[in-house]
This record gives sequence, structure tokens and C-alpha cells, in this order.
Amino acid sequence: MSHPTEQDHIVSPKIYGIVAGALLVLTATTAGVSYIELGVFNAVVALAIAVIKAMIVVLFFMHLKYSSRLTKLTAISGIFIFLGLISMTMADYISRAWGRW
Amino acid sequence: MSASTIVILPDQATARIPKVNFLTKENGLLSWLLTGDHKRIATLYLVSITFFFFIGGALAGLIRLELLTPQSDLMAADTYNKVFTMHGVIMVFFFLVPSVPATIGNFVIPLMVGAKDLALPKINLLSWYLYVIAGIMAIYTMAAGGVDTGWTFTTPLSTHYLNTNVVSTGLAIFVAGFSSIFTGLNFIVTIHKMRCPGMTWFRLPLFVWSNYAASILMVLGTPVLAITLVLVVLERTVHIGVFDPALGGDPLLFQHLFWFYSHPAVYIMILPGMGVISEVISTFSRKRVFGYTAVAFSSVAIAVFGFFVWAHHMFIMGISNYAALVFSLLTMLVAVPSAIKIFNWAFTLYKGSITFETPMLYAFGFMGLFTIGGMTGVFLGATGTDIHLTETYFIVAHFHFVMVGGMLMAFLSGIHFWWPKWTGRMYPEKISQLAAVVTFIGFNLTFFPQFILGTLGMPRRYAAYPPEFQVLNVFSSAGASVLGVGYLLPILYLTWSLKYGEIAGENPWQATGLEWQIQSPPLTENFPEIPIMDHEAYDYEWLERHQQKEVASVG
Amino acid sequence: MSDSTAIAQHDEADAHHEHPPYQRHHFETMGQQADATNFAMWLFLLTEVMFFGGLFTAYLILRNWYYPAFVVGSHQLSIYWGTANTAVLITSSFTLAMGVWCAETRRKSGLVLWLCVTFVLGLAFLGIKSIEYHEKWEKHHVPGFHYSIESFTHPSTDPEVYKEYHDKPLSPSMADKTELYFFLYFAMTGMHALHMIIGIAILGFMIFRARAGAYTTGHVTFVENFGLYWHFVDIIWIFLYPLLYLISRHT
Repeated sequence: MSHPTEQDHIVSPKIYGIVAGALLVLTATTAGVSYIELGVFNAVVALAIAVIKAMIVVLFFMHLKYSSRLTKLTAISGIFIFLGLISMTMADYISRAWGRW
Repeated sequence: MSASTIVILPDQATARIPKVNFLTKENGLLSWLLTGDHKRIATLYLVSITFFFFIGGALAGLIRLELLTPQSDLMAADTYNKVFTMHGVIMVFFFLVPSVPATIGNFVIPLMVGAKDLALPKINLLSWYLYVIAGIMAIYTMAAGGVDTGWTFTTPLSTHYLNTNVVSTGLAIFVAGFSSIFTGLNFIVTIHKMRCPGMTWFRLPLFVWSNYAASILMVLGTPVLAITLVLVVLERTVHIGVFDPALGGDPLLFQHLFWFYSHPAVYIMILPGMGVISEVISTFSRKRVFGYTAVAFSSVAIAVFGFFVWAHHMFIMGISNYAALVFSLLTMLVAVPSAIKIFNWAFTLYKGSITFETPMLYAFGFMGLFTIGGMTGVFLGATGTDIHLTETYFIVAHFHFVMVGGMLMAFLSGIHFWWPKWTGRMYPEKISQLAAVVTFIGFNLTFFPQFILGTLGMPRRYAAYPPEFQVLNVFSSAGASVLGVGYLLPILYLTWSLKYGEIAGENPWQATGLEWQIQSPPLTENFPEIPIMDHEAYDYEWLERHQQKEVASVG
Repeated sequence: MSDSTAIAQHDEADAHHEHPPYQRHHFETMGQQADATNFAMWLFLLTEVMFFGGLFTAYLILRNWYYPAFVVGSHQLSIYWGTANTAVLITSSFTLAMGVWCAETRRKSGLVLWLCVTFVLGLAFLGIKSIEYHEKWEKHHVPGFHYSIESFTHPSTDPEVYKEYHDKPLSPSMADKTELYFFLYFAMTGMHALHMIIGIAILGFMIFRARAGAYTTGHVTFVENFGLYWHFVDIIWIFLYPLLYLISRHT
């Protein structure tokens, strides 16, 4: 019963270094972009960068890229239910005839 | 169909309970309080939830006693509010949610998947301690004067207009929530990672599937309730108005967050019960569950759909009409997997060799009452009829049919079914059949009149009512006393059977699950060596061959 | 065996094969144990997602309703401290990842070193956070505790922020809503800080154990699972930072 475990893949320090560098660059970018007037797209860009950063952390620091299908599915299902909470709640708020939207 | 029973017990003159088992392995209070054994923790849970069930039941008795007369005479209106609130809180969070998973599930899931224990025994024990701490907080709340918000903590009622113990109740439920998260997490890990060789997903007993689905709901839903209650507590203590319209917040936001957990919670309560019924129906009709795969996936489907229907609790609260439409349609969808289960159980019975032992009687009760409860749920899921029926006794009757008629029947069915495995002794059959029938009659007498009361327009949560409703209320209260007898009986004869019951042997029901192939009560680590699963679930022919082979090798 | 008169005579538990000392009795193999605990950690993180998810939902709705209040509220936060803290936290994630690598490749002194660096960075994050909290306290921006809307109805009374953003005064009713912004700020960052404190406490314990060589003999599950937790807390901050600090910085 020697099935492969989550521990089999060891990520090299080089990749960790690149990832940390990318994250710091993205942090600087998102801080800089917030000073530029983009209307509603300020929020969109800020969130998009945050999502990219989070994905980098999950994939490399948390080894999801090298993990089993089960672990990937687990992570995705969490995001799915969270988006379900947000989107179904919003479905109510944005379609109210008397809403403040 | 000649045999009226399938029970085969060992020769009582020579039979003995195995000397070494999980109950006798170690002695002393400490060996129980520090145990990691899932069977001992299940036993601890069984004792504690029975305790809370009787507190909740006593409160229900007080409610029915008050409603015997139209006036509010037994207790004042605000006392009545506290009584029904504590009844709801205790029954929902301290009985129904942990009932089947934390007791029966805890006991049999590792046995069914062929593991020595749950994956995380210490977390399992922690979960029981959290439950106990939460229970003590709930009892403190009652002693300190109770809480009268209803178990739903509706804001701004709970945050601004009441001066009862909302904070301590909220924190109690917060802690109880983590207990249930840890139980669910443990089950999911166990079912994924601890299955024995040969135990594929589609060889798992359906009880495991339904607990798996319920565990997903526990893990993903409960934290939302936890954070919501934290916000309610903060709103009361620091006066921040996330839910307070006067300060810019939105009470409907509370409803969204609360029901995001509390609707799936209904499925947390009912799904494990459905699992029990699958086991019992199959065993006592000697047939594989019809449409095994469909029943297995219907559990998962209920869990997934269950997350997207919560706003049907809010149709009259002022949500958008379009959202109400979407939620109403999704609600109808949940009826489909529930119906799949009922139909498949019915087809399992078809041409089966049915016998009527106590677990089966409770299971029949479940099927009938759950069907009524589920169908009336469709009335409430339709936006039009909901406006008329919600907040009346119709809704009270609806969820009691599902929760008491469904889940409690399933719980009692399961307790009787696995009692021989748990204790090594049989319960007395005749009196327990009587208890099952008394429960069924008492239940219908209690709650069926409430459907009529609801359609006539009697609102829920009032201590007084117009005199023309009295006749039906008297029926209901009379039924409640019968129901009370029905619940007292098992306590008495099950306790009696601990010492005087017949020796059950390994497999009194001739059931096929792995848990029935080992000694009763089981060893501390369940299996002398890890079993290898070489047949499908509910394969009665395999069992027959297996038993013949053993007879041949012994003789 | 099937005859239930037979009394079980198993010498339980003792008759097993050789196990490494850190393998729990109910697992068959180390691989199974590592897999199970890793999966359990991911599931725990799912509950954390939903725990913060409730707060994020509240944030989303209130921000859309009271956008002007949220803009001026976020101007009260120091973007320098916020960005610095983001950098500190990302770096701490990196150093912990290096610690995990050291554990996997059995480098004991390296592991202890990287864990210590992570520990210090975690404390640095909390230090910066407490400076920010203290500032809010002094300006009466802590909701529920003598909260003052002066900075928003009369922005010029708050010269430091005013000279940078020139916020227009808000009507008192909208200015009141800044209290909701600050409540969410404290609830979310406070909940995050609580997770940091728990994480730092476990880190301290791990440093102690790592010095004794506990994680460099091939049993790295604990370090790896702690890594998952720490990176997850990092991810929460990655979202809190734009949502709270960067709502609109342009003038």
C-alpha cells in the first residue's frame, strides 16, 4: 500500500524565491494602480490582482499545483460555495425594486 | 414468507458477551473522559444528547400544556416565549444536529468502512467536549432566565428589543457549531482516507454516503452561522449596526447569513436519518437497496442543492420578487432527490421478504411521515401558498413531520438496529414494537391537527389563541402526552436490556455490513486485522455463502 | 469465529508490525496518516473560508450602499503601513515555505533559522497592526468606543489626511456610516490578527520542537500542515489589503 502521498513533490527554493518576488511586485502594482482614476475598474483591478496573488500562494506555497485531484477539488469546492453565498445573496439585493443599488 | 422474524440469536444457555470488548477494555471515569475510541465517544454522545432530548422534550410538554386552553394561564406570555425558544435551541443544536451523526455515525462509520478508528480521534474527543461546554452554556442560559428570541435570533428583535440572555445563547451555539464542524470534518477525512482494501466508493453502505453528504454541509455551512452569531453578539454588546437599519445595517443580511446555514442544517439533520433507513429497509426485506447508485447520489444532490435554496425562509420578509422566484424553483428541485430516495426504498420493499422488527417499524413510520413532511414543504416552497401558510401552525407541523416524524423515527430505528452491536444484548422485542406504534400514533395525533390549525390561520409562537381553535389544540396536547410515553418507553427498556437483554451474538439481523461480521460489542480497535472487502454492499448471497463456509470449517 | 460463544482472545494492538514512533495506532501506513491529516487541514481551511465569507458578504453589501463613507474611511488608513504589512506577511510566507523545504530535505539548523525568521516577521506584522490600531483609538475611530465622525463631517479638522486627499465633507447621516466601515475594518483585521496570534504561538512551539530535531527525521506532516494554515492566513490578508486600504486612493 505505498500510494503516492502529498509529500512526494518537493518544491525548490528557487521557485519559492520567484513566487515571493512576483507577490511583492504585484503588491506594489496594486498599491500604485489605486492612485489612478479608473472608475469602477479600480475595484475590478484590485480584486483581480488579489485573486492572482492568492492563486500563486495556493498553487506554489501551498503546493496545490503538485497535489492530488482530491485536494484540488476540495479547494475548488470551497471557492464554489463561497461564490454561491455571495452571488445568491446579491441576486436578491440587485433585483429589489426598492433597492439602493 | 414463512418466517415472521429473521433474528437468529446464539444459544442463550452457553452464550457469553465477549470478555474483551471496547466497554470493558479499560475501567474508570478517566479512561472514558480521555478516550480516543470512536465507540466510547459515541457512547458519551449518546448519553449527553439523550439528556438534552429530555430537557427539550420537557419544554415541549410545557408548551402543549399551556396551549390546552385558549388563555395564557399556565405561564405568562413572555415565559411562554422563553420556553418555546429554549425548546427550539436545545432540540435543533443539541439534539437534532448531532443526533445520528455524532452517536450512530461515530459508532458505525469506522466499522462500515473497515477502519480501526476515525481519522482524527483527538479531534473527535475535542468535539464532544465542545458539545458539553456548549450544553453547559445553554443550561446556564436557562438558569439565568432564558432567552426569548425564538431559535432564529431574528434581528433587530434579538439585538435591540429584548433584554434576555441572547449573548450567552449565541456563544453556546457558536461553540456547539465548532463541535459539529469537527465531527463533519472527521467523517469526510475518514471516508476518503480510511477505507479498507477493496472498499470502493460504490461498495460503501448508503449510511456512509448520507453521512458524507451531511458532513459536507456541516463543514461548509456552520462557519457562516458562527460568524453571524458573532456579529449579533457584537451588535448587542458594542452596538455596531451591521444588521440594524437605524445604524445603516440590514436585517435581511442577517436572514441571508443565518439561513445560509440554517437551511442546510435541515439536511444535516435529515440526511443521516435517511442513511439509517436505507440500512434498515435493506436488512429487513433481505434485498439490496434498489437503485443503490441513485440513492447514493441523491444524498450528494440534496447536499449541493441544499446550499442554494435558503431564501425560501424569507419570502415574506421583503426579498426581491425575482430572487423569490429563483429560490422557489430551486426549492422544488430538492424535492426530486428526496423523492428518489422514497421511491427506491419502496422498490426495495417490493418482492422483498419483509419482517417487522422494531427498527423496521420505525423505518415505516419514517417513510410515511417524512413523505407528508416533504410534500407539505413543497406547499411552503411555492411563493403563493407560502404567504398564506408561513408563520402559522402549518409550518410548525411541516417541520415537526420532517424533524420528529422523520429524523427522530430514524434515530430510534437506528438505535434499536445497532443496539445489539453496541451493547451485545438485544432489546425486548414486543415492548419495543409497542413503543414504535405508540410513537407513531402519538405523533400523528400531536401534529396532524396542527396542519389544520395552520390552514385555519392560527399563528405560531403565541401563548393564547381564539377559543374556536381549542378542540384541535386539545387533540394535539393529548397526542403529545401519548408521544411522551412513546419516548419514555425506550429509555426504560433499553436501560433494562443492558443487564437483562438476551445475548445478541455477532449478527442477529443477518445483515451484510462489515460491522456485523465482528464480535458485539466490538474490540477497541474494531478488527483483529483490517478486513478486505470482496463483495458489493447488501449482498445477501455473499453472506449466505460466507456463513455456510464458516459452518463447514467449524463442523 | 462465527460462533458467538467463542470468547475473543486477540492480543490487541501489540501484534503489529514495526511502526515509526510518530505513526498513530489506527493508521496502516505513514502515507495514509500524512494524507489524512493533510486533507483534514484543507477541510479546516474550507471552514475558515466560509467563516470569513460571512464578513466578506457583509462588506460587499455595505460598501455598495455607503460607498462615499467607505472611501473616506479607507483614507484614514495609512497606505504605507498597510503595504509594508503586506510585504512583511508575504515575506513570512516565503520564509516559512523555505522552512518546510528544509524540513523536507532534513536540514535541521536551516529549519530552525527559517522558523525563527517567520516568527519575528509575524511579530512585526502584529506590531505594525497595533500601531495602526492605536492611531484609530486616538482619533476616536474605534466603533462603539466614543466614536467620532468629526473627521468626516469636517475633514479639515484632520489636516494630515485632508492635505493628501481633500475629501469633501459628508452629510452627518452618511458620515455615520463610516462607523460600519471601521467596524468591518476591526472585525476583519481583528479576526485575521487572532489567526496570526494563534499561528505565532504554534510557531513558537514548533521552533522548540525543531531544535530537538522533531521534524527533520522524515516526519514533516506537522510543519507542512502548519504551512498551509500560515499561507491561508496570508491569503486572507491579500484580500483584506485591497478591500480595506485601496478603495480609492486617487483624489
